[in-house]
Order: sequence, then C-alpha cells, then structure tokens
Amino acid sequence: MITILETAPLNTIQDLGRPGYRNLGVGSSGVMDPLALKVGNILLGNEPGAACIELQTYPFIIRFETPTSFAVTGIDAPLTLDGVPVLAWSVETAAPGQVLQVGIPKKGARGYVCVSGGIDVPVVLGSRSTQLRGSFGGIEGRFLEAGDELVTQPATGHLSGYGAVPPARILDTGPCEEKTVLLRAIPGTDYARFTEDSRERFWNHPWRITPQSNRVGYRLSGAPLTLHDRVELRSYGIIPGIVQVPPAGEPIVQLADANTAGGYPRIATVIEADLWRLGQARIGTAIRFVECSHEAGVEAEQPISHYLDDLRLMVAHYRASCQSRNGVKSGGKA
Amino acid sequence: MTADTLLTPDRHHATNAPVISMMGTRAMLFEAPGEFTMRQQQRIWALIAHTENRPDIQELVPGVTNLLLIFTHAPEHPEQIADWLRNAWETLPPRQIEGRLFEVGVQYGGALGDDLAAVSAHTSLPPEEVIRLHHEGEYTVCAVGSAPGFGYLHGLNPRIATPRKSVPSLNMPAGTVTIGGMQAGISALTGPNGWNSIGYTEICLFDPHRSSPSLFAIGDRIRFYPESIEL
Repeated sequence: MITILETAPLNTIQDLGRPGYRNLGVGSSGVMDPLALKVGNILLGNEPGAACIELQTYPFIIRFETPTSFAVTGIDAPLTLDGVPVLAWSVETAAPGQVLQVGIPKKGARGYVCVSGGIDVPVVLGSRSTQLRGSFGGIEGRFLEAGDELVTQPATGHLSGYGAVPPARILDTGPCEEKTVLLRAIPGTDYARFTEDSRERFWNHPWRITPQSNRVGYRLSGAPLTLHDRVELRSYGIIPGIVQVPPAGEPIVQLADANTAGGYPRIATVIEADLWRLGQARIGTAIRFVECSHEAGVEAEQPISHYLDDLRLMVAHYRASCQSRNGVKSGGKA
Repeated sequence: MTADTLLTPDRHHATNAPVISMMGTRAMLFEAPGEFTMRQQQRIWALIAHTENRPDIQELVPGVTNLLLIFTHAPEHPEQIADWLRNAWETLPPRQIEGRLFEVGVQYGGALGDDLAAVSAHTSLPPEEVIRLHHEGEYTVCAVGSAPGFGYLHGLNPRIATPRKSVPSLNMPAGTVTIGGMQAGISALTGPNGWNSIGYTEICLFDPHRSSPSLFAIGDRIRFYPESIEL
C-alpha cells in the first residue's frame, strides 16, 4: 500500500486507456505518454495495462506502507528515497515506511510512478483510468489528494539497480531542431478547405503550446489559419492527435481526455507514434508539424516496437538471473 | 500523395458521393453526402451493423450522418476498405431501429431554463409557443457522443431552431434541456455549454455502474412533456 503525503493538483491514476466506449460518449483517457508507462511496466514485469500514477504537477511525495518495487519513468527529475537520490527509468525496491519524493522535472512534463503489480483501483468500463469529465475510474474519478491510500502488490524480492535507456535517446535519431518538438502529422479531412497560405504556414511555422492546454487538448498559438469558405460541420467522432481549427484560426490538438465528438474543421492528425512526444512537451514549448504519408506513419511504429521488444528481452534475462542468484526457484513468471 | 487525397473524392465535383478520409493511421471517417435526414442517418446505422463484425475493427463511433472506424491496427491498404465501405453504402437498405420510447418530464423556464427568453426573442414566438413546439415533437437519438451518455437528437421543429450562444454558460447543470441550432438535447454533464437552456429534467443519462451505462441508445425516441412551466 502507498499513502500520498503531498501532491499538487492534476495528478491521477491512469492506465493505457478505455477503448470501446466512444459510442456511449466515453473517451479513451489513459496516460498522455503510453511509451513511458509501457517501459515502467516492462521493467517491473507487469501486465502491459497495469495502472500507474500520472504526475503533471510537482512536488509529489508518497510513503510506501509495504515493501514495493517501483520505477519512475517519463521524466528526468530529482528523485529521492528517504532523502537518498535514486535514478529515473530504473527499478528500486522500497522498504515499509520509506518516502519517495519526486521534484520538478529537468526534462519532460509527465512523470509515471509505476509499481510492481500496478495500482489496484476498481476497473470501471474495462479500465482503471480516471475519467475526470464522467467522474469515474481511478480514485472516484478525481485528482489525487494528500491522505489517499492506494492498494499495491507487496514486492516478492529485492529488485533494484537496473533500468531502461529513456526512449527519447534511442528514438530521436533524425535531425533535431533546437528546442522545437517535431511532430509527424497526416493531412486531415478538411485540409483542402484551408487557403494555400494557411496550409504552407501550418507546416512551416512553429506553433507554441499555450497555457490553455491540458489532458483534454493543447491550444496552440501562431498566426491564425483561414478557410477558403466558412463551413458548418456535423458532429463527427474524434481521436487523440486530431488537429482542429476553431473559427479564431489557432489550432487545437485533442489528447487523452478529449471528447468523443467534435465539429471544427480538421486540418491534420498527429500520428500515434509521436503522441508521447506531445505528452512530454510543456506549456510554452514550440512544436512544428511535419507532413507525413500513411505509409510513413505506419512505419514510424517500428522503431518503438523494436525498442520495447529489446527492453522486454533484457529485463527478462536480468530478472531471471537475479532470481537464480537470490535462490528463488526458477519456473515462476519473470 | 497522401492517403487522404487517395481516399477523398474531389468534393467540388462529386456531391453525391460519400467523403472518406483517414484520421491518423488507425481511424477512417466515412461522411454521408447530402442533408441531415433520418434516411441518411438510417443508412449510417446500416453501415454500423454491416461493419461491426469485421475483425479489424476496435471501435465504431457514429456521428451525425457520419461514422468513424477505429481499427485494431493501422490498415496497410486503406483504399481497399474505403472501396468496401462505398460499395456497402450504395447497396445496403436504410436500417430502421425500433428504439424504446422515453417520456421525459421537463420543468420549463425558470432559473434552469433561463435562455427561454432568448429563444423566444430569436424565433419571434411567445415563450408558451416555444414550449409547445418543443414538447409536441418526437425526437430520435441519432448518435450518442461528445460527453458520456449525451444523445444527438433529430426532430426539432425548425421554427424554434436557435443558434448556439456566442458566450457559453460556464456551469450548466446536467439534465438541462437545450436547443443548439437545429439540434435538441439534454446535457449529460455539468459544465460549460453553448446551447440554449429552456428547461430541466431529473433523468440520469449516464451511470458507469449500470449494465447499460448510457440511458439512450441510437434509435430511441424521446417525447418531452411539461411538468411545470415558469415564465
């Protein structure tokens, strides 16, 4: 069990999301950086869909009431266990009573506190993710508060001292623009309705993430985009990553907590393989959209799959060798 | 050339053809041509029944005369699926759904329906007439979406259609009976809302712990009746 000692607002329980209920108006929710959660769950030998604590505001302080193996992924932040520094993206095992403190990240926006076995809150409509709008999932559908107690699985051994190379270091092999996050996007349904000048600017000029940005979506600022003709669209289903342009002309990228339907013109959709980069982009960050074909968007999944496959293999080897060294009988699940 | 341009017929020349476009790599939007009529919506419902058993479908999200298909994996040849959909659209008969009938009691006007005056002013009808035209009609749930349990309703009398407000209400309660342009609705969640409030009902549209979490399903019919009127 974990007790939350101190938390800033906006931190929630999330897993990989709640697909399958959009036709009832229930959006997917789930972590903003699914890659970071997958890494945490692989490191701890969890099911891929095990739930974690998603941090958006800091500092965050918890006390482990039972022996617990954990890993903090997604961010590069000062982490201490009873005052002693520990590494992000690495597995540690806390003894009962030990206190984990997560400070303000030097890199990244959203941190993931993953624990062995996952955070156990009731599954609602197939997921443990917090659905803030619907007020269900997670802890009563709300943000975490000091004093909340979270059920976890007690650690079975003392695992520590191994970790993952952060995905950004492996996956960012292409040319990198200083401080600008590049996002590959596929032109959307209404792309041709925008003026040539607007289309050109959409790709070639950077957009800034405004403070009116959260898990629902990011509002971007830049020179407004204009349509050839004003258009009234009928409500249509949407997914995270879709870039819509309201009448004022500044785009909105819909994200994990987006509604299931929208009505604004659609200029493009950020590919799924790049959504984690957006989840880690802070308010004020400049982003630039890079035009991408369907084929290239599909191929972009490959390096991510390879990275996770390699990690899975290494972790399985390491955990097996730890267990044999510690005299644990083999044959159990790694 | 992108998948988008491969799939989308030139909309300036093919006004009778559906528009099919990709939304990212793993979702495809099918939009029916023509007006928002029950017949076009029933053809979308037919497409849902025809599509839902495809093994590559993760979710189907009906909208207003459109359908979003979310695939389990990004399709390698989306144009083949688009052709399959176009063919289904041309050949399937409209699907009638004998939905349930809900009789919904409304407290018209008052503090929870305080845009009634604005609707009355916009339509040049006395508020009593706005209320009468609102509860005389029968509405059909075309799609459920946007917020958990919210039904997009067809059937509003055009005489009381009123554009959305330019400044949304910040905290409209769940259960508010609303008019937004040509659409009628009942707000599902408390929160910001740009539709015009004309009354209030106590029904609960969504409960995640019910066996059917959403009260309304596509094809259901709704009749409103006045429980009280406060002008």
